[in-house]
Amino acid sequence: MNTPMSTPRKLAVFIATFLPALAPGQMRGANAPPGVVSDRAPIILIQNATILTVSHGNIEHGAILIRDGKIAEVGTSIKAPKDAQVIDAGGQFVMPGIIDCHSHIAVDGDVNEGSIAVSSIANIADVLNPDDIDIYRDLAGGVTVANVLHGSANPIGGQTVVIKLRWGQPASKLPFEGALPGIKFALGENPKHSNFGGRGASARYPATRMGVEETIRGAFAEARDYKAGWDVYSKRAGAGEKNLIPPRRDLRLEPLVEVLESKRYVHSHCYREDEILMLLRVAKEFGFKVRTFQHILEGYKVADELAAAGVGASTFSDWWAYKVEAFSAIPYNAALMTRRGVVVSINSDDAEEATHLNQEAAKTMKFGGLSHDEALKLVTLNPAMQLGIDKRVGSIDPGKDADLVLYNHDPLSAYAVVQKTLVDGRVYFDRQRDLAGRASVEKEKKALLEKEKRAAEKKPDAAAPKPADKKPDEKPKPPASAVPGGAL
Amino acid sequence: VNRALLARIVVVFVSLFCAAGFASAQEASTAYAITHAKIFTLAGAPIEDGILVIRDGKIAAVGTNADVPPGAQVIDGKGLQVYPGLFDPVTQIGLSEIAAASATVDSTEAGLFNPDTVAAEAVLPSSEHIPVTRAAGITEVLAVPASGGFDSRGSTNILGGQASAIHLAGWTINDMLIKKSVAMVLDWPEIETRSFDFATFTRKTKPFTEAKQEYDKQVNDLSDWLDNARHYAQAWGHGGPSEYQRDLKLEALVPVVRGELPVLVFATRARDIRNAVEFCDAQKLKMILAGGAEAYKVKELLRSKNIPVVLQPTLTLPRDEDDPYDRSLTQPAELAEAHVKFAFGSFDNSFARRLGQQAANAVGYGLPYDEALKAVTLYPAQIFGLADQIGTLESGKIANVIVTDGDPLELTTDVRYLFIKGQLTSTDNRHKALYEKYLHRPAAK
Repeated sequence: MNTPMSTPRKLAVFIATFLPALAPGQMRGANAPPGVVSDRAPIILIQNATILTVSHGNIEHGAILIRDGKIAEVGTSIKAPKDAQVIDAGGQFVMPGIIDCHSHIAVDGDVNEGSIAVSSIANIADVLNPDDIDIYRDLAGGVTVANVLHGSANPIGGQTVVIKLRWGQPASKLPFEGALPGIKFALGENPKHSNFGGRGASARYPATRMGVEETIRGAFAEARDYKAGWDVYSKRAGAGEKNLIPPRRDLRLEPLVEVLESKRYVHSHCYREDEILMLLRVAKEFGFKVRTFQHILEGYKVADELAAAGVGASTFSDWWAYKVEAFSAIPYNAALMTRRGVVVSINSDDAEEATHLNQEAAKTMKFGGLSHDEALKLVTLNPAMQLGIDKRVGSIDPGKDADLVLYNHDPLSAYAVVQKTLVDGRVYFDRQRDLAGRASVEKEKKALLEKEKRAAEKKPDAAAPKPADKKPDEKPKPPASAVPGGAL
Repeated sequence: VNRALLARIVVVFVSLFCAAGFASAQEASTAYAITHAKIFTLAGAPIEDGILVIRDGKIAAVGTNADVPPGAQVIDGKGLQVYPGLFDPVTQIGLSEIAAASATVDSTEAGLFNPDTVAAEAVLPSSEHIPVTRAAGITEVLAVPASGGFDSRGSTNILGGQASAIHLAGWTINDMLIKKSVAMVLDWPEIETRSFDFATFTRKTKPFTEAKQEYDKQVNDLSDWLDNARHYAQAWGHGGPSEYQRDLKLEALVPVVRGELPVLVFATRARDIRNAVEFCDAQKLKMILAGGAEAYKVKELLRSKNIPVVLQPTLTLPRDEDDPYDRSLTQPAELAEAHVKFAFGSFDNSFARRLGQQAANAVGYGLPYDEALKAVTLYPAQIFGLADQIGTLESGKIANVIVTDGDPLELTTDVRYLFIKGQLTSTDNRHKALYEKYLHRPAAK
């Protein structure tokens, strides 16, 4: 049966996380940038562009010199060095690469280890899939960095990783060097399995917001004791004591100890105002910091408390009403929190939504009256700060990574189309190159289908379907209610 | 169920739906004149420094020197632009409030064939989605049963019931109705070799031949329903219903088999669209395609059969991994070039307010701007046979009008004034009220 598409992003987010990947790509075709893997990044000069630096205003008819993957110079007239590739960006806009603070792309298979309430043993960094076509699609939407998170089925979820969208490179080259790893927490309906489970599925603790709090406190009580054991051991060993037996390693608690030692960020999924303050209390009790609250659709109700705690808020532009805890979501959320001094970003949580985060940021100018610069920061400098990578990315300043996007219009317009995306000073997406490569992809596809058809005709089984019919049907669509830990 | 729990549930929902009480308020006045505005009638060239006169719910005059009736409320439109209100032709508005809370969802019935269910019978006039959507300049929608959406129960129909055209304002459904029945929903069966079993929570695959058999059976069943409806109609012709046992489902299908009520066929893949077109052709049904992710592959067929399309959101990832990354974004331009008539639809309720954004994004990928604007105003009205009432700013039409500070498809444009049925209608809503409330929260201690 054909389920009409409607709201594909939400549906996709709810289900995609949990279904095994279908038919992994045989063809990368037009999407593969030729020769991006070379030893040295080229010297590139972008000229005649409107440069949206985000950190220090806009430069009309500006130029950016890129050397060794870094921004070497930003100004109005820069002389092209010898051997420089010159990109004439007349009429175009350049902004820093978009940083998506909540993504699930480039993950092989499911993002939820939903079977246990504390799944800190699982690590997204172990299952990065560099062939995920959504990496390329998001690049084509101007995204250069993504915070790839575990799902939200558990109060304490798996470990997370920040990646650069270096399409075409192996998995080992995706992680953002030096970016602190994170761990996903989740509060509210998803970790208490409100919208799934049930129906004979075995219930697991916790099933209330009280239980969510208790689970997190319990885990940190254990982690603190575990850390104390190791501290004592290290101290005695350091003092030269012999024949000591070290504490038994606990892979579940180790990431939590890293949180206590500020070596790992907490990114906590949440919706309601009460649960936000709850986690702040727990964090205070155990002496750790929440780095970002994710979604945080009721953040506007407790913006002062968020600002006082110095936590980041990463939210949606205008999603609402898909579940009870999203019924008081408002598109003014980002602006209201910004006005109260919270560092706010707008994220996607979805491969499609990520392709137009610039547009989603623009909505805050209408809903809450943010300025052009403030709106841009929501998808560039602010998420960079939230992920602790703002010395490297997030604005157009000399010394920073040359992660840049070129648009044909002001990126805060619904009419703007990405022309080029650069990561580390290399052009990983180029619209013209993509368009030019399409004919050969079609040709290759046709040839493969022909080959398959011929092979099928040779087989005696007359009932064998035609190749066109054998293409995998769309992903089965379980109802959202049946999905453990949809990422929403 | 224990009584205390029930009481609590009631309290929760009463507060959810009623406490807010945000005005669906329409200001009563009989006449308005919007002056000095740039008027995009969509029935001709834009009018600079024009006047639009609204009287008794209708557009009374539009032009550069229309007479302002005495007593009319005058709105100075200097620097502003006037358009027909936007029309979202596939939504679950009024049928679904909170998608994951099944108690608030009435969008899809159980069972496969429900031709006699009608959206208008279950539309909640005080739905919070209505004023929120209206604030985006959308003045009318179709409430479409079985049109997907984020239905937590995941039920599916073949004949999903009848879609209703409604204004996004009114105290009761009577105020809101444009037309109770504008299309019969047909969710075209697919040959499905992969499925998901909810009972065991596992994926299932079945051989193609088996999937094909199931598909054939569903199509045969559908044919039987239509044949029976024809026989029923014939019997009807020989006497009043009093002489026959009534069958409400067949009765609902009579206008369909007579080609009076179009079928809104949800189909995605080219093969499914082709099958649906062939079927509707053979059955002499009037088809409107909904979704149409691969409509571009069958554009010649659609054009030759004169089948219009309500397109899935342009902000949708391509279906196949090897599709161009902008597949959904370029399709509208491609269809326009092939002279296939289409409208944009949100296929949702909470994302209905992205309708303008969906259209604007297609412009970025080659769709002429005028076509994009018409695809959210005039074309949906034409497709569903309502263009004599709405869709353009012409005298005599229902005055569903928006006055904006810019391009209504652009992200940052504000709707300054909104008229539904000629009444100045509030753009306040749940979101704005919560914004105002928390904007004024005193600094936390």
